[in-house]
Amino acid sequence: MSLWKHHQRFERNSILLIFGILIVIAIGGLVEIAPLFYLKSTIEKVDGVRPYTPLELIGRDIYVKEGCYSCHSQMVRALRDEVERYGPYSLAAESIYDHPFQWGSKRTGPDLARVGGKYSDDWHFQHLNDPRSVVPTSIMPSYPWLAKNRVPLDDVESRMKILAFLGVPYTKEMIANAKNDLQQQAQKDSPDADELRSRYPKAVVGEFDGNPGYVSEADALIAYLQMLGTLVDFKTFNNKANLR
Amino acid sequence: MQLTESNAARKSLNGNEAVAIALFALLAFIFICVAAVATTSEYSFHAFLLSAASVAAVFGVGNRYFARDIVIPQELVDGRPNYNMEPVRVATLAALFWGVAGFLVGVTIAAQLAFPALNFDTAWLSFGRLRPLHTSAVIFAFGGNVLIATSLYVVQRTSRARLAGDLSPWFVVLGYNVFIVIAGTGYLLGITQSKEYAEPEWYADLLLTIVWIVYFLVFLGTILKRKEPHIFVANWFYLAFIVTIAVLHLGNNASIPVSIASSKSYIVWSGVQDAMVQWWYGHNAVGFFLTAGFLAIMYYFMPKRANMPIYSYRLSIIHFWALIFLYIWAGPHHLHYTALPDWAQTLGMTFSIMLWMPSWGGMINGLMTLSGAWDKLRTDPVLRMMTVAVAFYGMSTFEGPVMSIKAVNSLSHYTDWTIGHVHSGALGWVAYISFGAIYCLVPWLWNRKEMYSLKLVNWHFWISTLGIVLYITAMWVSGILQGLMWRAYTALGFLEYSFIETVEAMRPFYVVRMLGGLLFLVGALLMVVNVWLTIRKPASETESETGQLQLQSV
Repeated sequence: MSLWKHHQRFERNSILLIFGILIVIAIGGLVEIAPLFYLKSTIEKVDGVRPYTPLELIGRDIYVKEGCYSCHSQMVRALRDEVERYGPYSLAAESIYDHPFQWGSKRTGPDLARVGGKYSDDWHFQHLNDPRSVVPTSIMPSYPWLAKNRVPLDDVESRMKILAFLGVPYTKEMIANAKNDLQQQAQKDSPDADELRSRYPKAVVGEFDGNPGYVSEADALIAYLQMLGTLVDFKTFNNKANLR
Repeated sequence: MQLTESNAARKSLNGNEAVAIALFALLAFIFICVAAVATTSEYSFHAFLLSAASVAAVFGVGNRYFARDIVIPQELVDGRPNYNMEPVRVATLAALFWGVAGFLVGVTIAAQLAFPALNFDTAWLSFGRLRPLHTSAVIFAFGGNVLIATSLYVVQRTSRARLAGDLSPWFVVLGYNVFIVIAGTGYLLGITQSKEYAEPEWYADLLLTIVWIVYFLVFLGTILKRKEPHIFVANWFYLAFIVTIAVLHLGNNASIPVSIASSKSYIVWSGVQDAMVQWWYGHNAVGFFLTAGFLAIMYYFMPKRANMPIYSYRLSIIHFWALIFLYIWAGPHHLHYTALPDWAQTLGMTFSIMLWMPSWGGMINGLMTLSGAWDKLRTDPVLRMMTVAVAFYGMSTFEGPVMSIKAVNSLSHYTDWTIGHVHSGALGWVAYISFGAIYCLVPWLWNRKEMYSLKLVNWHFWISTLGIVLYITAMWVSGILQGLMWRAYTALGFLEYSFIETVEAMRPFYVVRMLGGLLFLVGALLMVVNVWLTIRKPASETESETGQLQLQSV
C-alpha cells in the first residue's frame, strides 16, 4: 500500500520527523489547556476569596518546603462521602491565587482543603510537634524544628511583589505593610489586628505556637492551616448563579 | 599515539576546548558571587556545589587536552565507525549507582509509613522530603541515565556513525548527573517547588534545560551523520522522548525566582490552570520519559538479544504515532471530580481509554518479536527479564485505562491503588527493561562475551519478581480497602469509619510493601555485583561484535 511508502519520508528525514512529532504532541495539550485561560465557566465568581496574608503566605511556602502535599490533598471532590467527611466540595475559585496549586494526589493523611477552624491552634501546635501525642495511631512525621526555626522576614515583600506581578491582587499598601502584618498576625491581642483584617478579611490572629515575640515556622504554618477553606461562605454561595 | 616533542609542540587547544574552559571558568566565578549573596545557607551550598562542578569541568577539559592525541578522534578507523562509548559507560555505571540509591530511599520511606519513628524527628530524614528524593532518584537519576546511556549507544550503532561532538556528549552525561545531585540535595534541604516529578527549583531547571538542548543536538547530530538511509524505529521513540520532555519541562516549570539570591520561585500558573499544566506534564513524564524512551530500548535490545527481527514494522509505525498523539491528552484523569471543568475530565478519560490500544500494539510488537524464539525464555534470563517487562507493560497499560474511568477513579484516586499501579509499571516495566538493557550493554561496552554470571541474573530475576508481586498485591488490597472504607456508611446513614481508622487498617500492607521493596533492592544489589565482576574479568579474546550490526528489521 502506498501509505506505508509515504511514511518513508519521515524515516529518511530527521527534521521532518521532529516537526511531525511536535505537531502531533501539540494538539492534545493545546485543546485541553488553552481554553482554561479564556472560558469564563472555568472559575466561578465567588465572594470572599482573597490573597494570603504575609504570614499565611510564608506558612504556605513552608507547607510546600516540607512536602506536605506528598500525603495531604487540598481538594474535596464532588462526592457524597467527601462532602460529608470534609465539607463543601472545593471550588476552582478557592485556589485562584495558588502558585503553585496544592491539590495533591494522595491521601496518606486526610484532605486539608477545609481544615481551617476545625482544630484549635494548640492542637495544631501539639500535633505538628508530636502527632502521636494527640492521635496515637498517626503515622505522620513529627516536625519539632518548625517551632525552633524563625521565619525569615527579609524577603516577604519580594515574594509578594513577584506574586503581584503574576496577577495576585496585592496592593502597594499590602506590600508596604507586609513585615508588620506578618508580625502582628502572630501576636495575641495585636493592636493592629483590625487593620490587618481590613486588608485581609477573616485573617486569624493569634499566638499560634504559644511563644510570644518569636515568629516561628510553626506560627506561619498554623496560620495558613487555620485559614484553609474558610474564605468562602457556603451558606450564601449559590452554585446555580454560576451557570453561564 | 606518539608524544614526541615536536608533536607536543604542535598540539593546540581547539576552539571548543578554549570556549569550554573560558565558559566554565566564568561560571565558576558567577556561582561564587551567587554563593556570596545567597539569602539562605542551603542555596549558598548549591552555588558552591555548582562552582565546584564548573572548576572540575575546567580541569576535566584541560586534563583531556593534555592526554589526547594531536587530532581529535576520527569518524572512521580502518573503514569502520569509530564509536564513542566512553560516555555511555559512565552513564551506565551512574544508572547502577542511582538505581540502588533510589531503591534504598524507596525502602526507607516505605518503612517510615509502617514505622513513623523512622523519621527520627529530623528535617532532612522526614517523609515529605525523602519522597520526592525517591521518585526523582528512580525516574530521573536511574531511568534518565539508562535512557541517556542506551540512546547514545543505539543511535551510534543504528546510524553507523560516531557520536556527534567531542566534549558535548560528556557535558550531557556529567551535566545531567550534576543536575541530579543539585535536585536531590535540594529536596533534603527543603528546596522544592512541590510540582510532582518536577520538584527542582528554577536554577536546577535552567541547568537541565541547557543539558537537554545539548543532548538533543548530540542525538540529532548523530542521526544526521548516519550511514543508513532510514532512521531506525528505536530512534523515533528516543526523538519523541527528547523533544516532548523538553516541551513539557519548559511548560510546567515556567516560574519567576524571588531573586537571584533566593532559591525560591513562584510558578507562573495558578490554581486550576496550574493543576492542568502539572498533570499534562506529570502524565506525559510517564508517557514520554517512562514509556516512549523505554519502548525505544525494547525496540532495539529485544530483537538484538533474541536475534530476531521486530515482529511487524507497520505495527511499529502505527504504534509510534498513535501512542504519542493519544498520550498527551491523558493528563486530566489525575483530576477527576475536582474543580477542573468536566469537559476536560471527560476528554482525559476518553483518550486514556483509547490509549489502551497503541499500548497493547506496542506490547504485541515486543512479545511477538520472540515468535520462533520462545525457547530462549528458558535458557536466557536476560531475555526473560525483558519479556516479563513487556508483559508488565501490557498489564499496567490495561490497568491505567481502567483506573482512568471516572467511576473507578472515584474509588482509586488518593489511595495506594495508584501507588501499586505506578509500581507495576515502574518496577515491572521500566526497571526490568532497564535491567535487561544493562545486562546486554555491559558485556558489549566492556568487550566481554557475556555477563560474569547468568545464574546471578536468574537470581536477580526471581528475587525481584517476588518483590514486585508482594509490592503490587499489597497496594491493590490496601488501596481498594481504604477507598471502600472512606465511602462506607452505617445502616443509619453515617460515615462508618473515621480517617484514622482507615490509616490503621493500612499497617500490615505497608509492612508487606516494605518487604517487597527490600527484595527488589536485594535483586538490584546482585546486579551491581554481577556488573562489577563482569568488568573486572579480563577481556575475552574475541572482540564482541564491534562494527557488526545485525538488524534484520531495518
